[in-house]
Amino acid sequence: MNEEESNGNKLINTEDFSVFYGRNEAVCGVTMGIRAGMVTAIIGPSGCGKSTFLRSINRMNDLIPGCRVEGKLMIDDQDINIPKVDVVTLRKNVGMVFQKPNPFPKSVFDNVAYGPRIHGVKSRGKLSDIVRNSLQQAALWDEVKDRLDHNALDLSGGQQQRLCIARAIAIKPSILLMDEPASALDPTSTGKIEDLIDDLRGDYTIVIVTHNMQQAARVSDYTAFLYEGELIEYGETGKMFTNPEKKTTEDYITGRFG
Amino acid sequence: MAILLMTVSLVVLLFPIFMKGVGAFVFRETVENRELMLQRFGRGDREEVMADVRETEAARKPVYELMERFEDEMSRADSEFRRKYRSEYREVKELIGELMGPKPGGKEGALIRKRYGKVRMDRALAKLEQILMIETYDYSDTSRMGKKVLKPRRDIFRGTSLEPVFAILRKDINKMMKPGIKFYWRFLFDKSQDAHFFGGIWPEVLGTLYLSIGAMIFAIPFGIVAAIYLAEYAGEGRLTRLIRVSISSLAGVPSIVFGLFGLAFFINTMNFSNSKSVLAGSLTLALLVLPIIIRASEEAIKSVPRGYREAAMSLGGRKWHTIISVVLPAALPGILTSIIVSLGRAAGETAPIIFTAAVSVGKPLAVWQTLSQPTPALPWSVYNLATEHEAVNEIRHVQYGMVLTLVVLVLLLNLTAIIIRKRVSKKLRR
Repeated sequence: MNEEESNGNKLINTEDFSVFYGRNEAVCGVTMGIRAGMVTAIIGPSGCGKSTFLRSINRMNDLIPGCRVEGKLMIDDQDINIPKVDVVTLRKNVGMVFQKPNPFPKSVFDNVAYGPRIHGVKSRGKLSDIVRNSLQQAALWDEVKDRLDHNALDLSGGQQQRLCIARAIAIKPSILLMDEPASALDPTSTGKIEDLIDDLRGDYTIVIVTHNMQQAARVSDYTAFLYEGELIEYGETGKMFTNPEKKTTEDYITGRFG
Repeated sequence: MAILLMTVSLVVLLFPIFMKGVGAFVFRETVENRELMLQRFGRGDREEVMADVRETEAARKPVYELMERFEDEMSRADSEFRRKYRSEYREVKELIGELMGPKPGGKEGALIRKRYGKVRMDRALAKLEQILMIETYDYSDTSRMGKKVLKPRRDIFRGTSLEPVFAILRKDINKMMKPGIKFYWRFLFDKSQDAHFFGGIWPEVLGTLYLSIGAMIFAIPFGIVAAIYLAEYAGEGRLTRLIRVSISSLAGVPSIVFGLFGLAFFINTMNFSNSKSVLAGSLTLALLVLPIIIRASEEAIKSVPRGYREAAMSLGGRKWHTIISVVLPAALPGILTSIIVSLGRAAGETAPIIFTAAVSVGKPLAVWQTLSQPTPALPWSVYNLATEHEAVNEIRHVQYGMVLTLVVLVLLLNLTAIIIRKRVSKKLRR
């Protein structure tokens, strides 16, 4: 990846993007560009709309009755909210990891192979390769290679979450959304997840929502601060945590509220 | 632990049924039973049985001889003597015939029950008691109901050549009947002989299996599809609410109403069969258990963690694929429970099959015959034997054997439900 790409190429662009739950506006007119191959953290107090924003990138909010969007959210210059966009194709390109580890009650192998199978991979050999690669990328291979046929729910919480990451990257998305991926885990597991995010940097465009500002500072290249649905500040993580432009941002990251 | 407790409490509750029902499987058989088994089912060692028969015939010989002598005495005696003893003797002769079967070399009756004596020792002893003691009623106190009085029949024949027969019968009953313990597990798998006088209950057991499994074949797909529709697609509208209320009230409709509906709709209107058939009965039972399956499956589907759905959707799964590959497997314990509970319900229901499927006597059906033929079934036959059989007392053991079989069948089904649910939920860690 060359210098120009990593700085200039914005993979996800929003223009005046808003999300409503019924009459309630959860995300208000956000305009930002998320850079390809970088880790972008979205921080903000509870209820600021950061999860809602994240979930609208792969249109998971479609599942929620009464939810609608306004404005534009574009991936690769393609507005994802127009009718002709197929959510299945969209979600194949935009993987997601949830707050609570949610492996299926199936074997480790079947968990990772679930996505590829949906998208038409049938041969056992190919699936095995995909499962192996994904688990290796998710730094889980060595721990589970001898028990691929065991139930995924037998794994520890941290392993389960890495399995979910492996499951998400098994369909080779270009974007990986993470919704507080470590908040339900102990510090050791959290450390492993953060190391993993660091390893995945460059291969995937990662957008991570987090409550934990140290975590945002550790793992992300860029940080966006959302407050009451509005984008207050967005910039390089280093600059934002040392020298924020806005007073609200400073108050939040220094722990005066939130 | 829960299973154990349930089993124990049920066993305590069902103890009387169990004790009486076991009588159909384990009882003291007489030589008549061995002969019957040999002749009608080809079971037992011919040599041994015939030896037994000869032995008992020898023991019975004095009885027959005394009877002959008395008949002789009657034919030679005056008309007054004849008038006095004719009907009394006829009764004795009949009773002895019922106890020991037709006299060797005598005429064989048309009905199977006339060709053999008492096959069960308990019935034989009851018959013996009837021979020895005569039941009369004492009406001397007019202010009360007649009082039952037992008086020895022997007193009637005192002084005649028949008198010693009663003492011989009492003394040698064991030699005449040669009782032995019989473990008749084939009670389950034998066809009944002569309207349940002899043999087993296989047509009933088979009919019950056909009916309940048939009901499941119709109820499971419809029930699960309806549950998926209600839980995943219907949304929360006025129509959905109406459907839910209808299903709930359907669950509360008395089962006899389903029976009449089945007759009116499946047989009279739709003409699935000319008359009662297993098909019509299965469909009726399916309607009966459908609400149970729909409601329970819907609950099970709704209680699948949202995380599973979200994960499947986020991987690009379409809704129906998510439902089939993730939601249904996760809801399986609940669905299975509802299925097996309703299987038990379908097996035990009487009212819906009275008009649609059940007959009191029938042969075991082949699978293809279920489309057009009616069948006997356990719950209906229990009722039928208890109320409409010509010799209710003679075949109590069959009736209780059927009840026991039905209870055990339903218990086993429920036990299977619990075990399957445990295993599946263990796999799901929920």
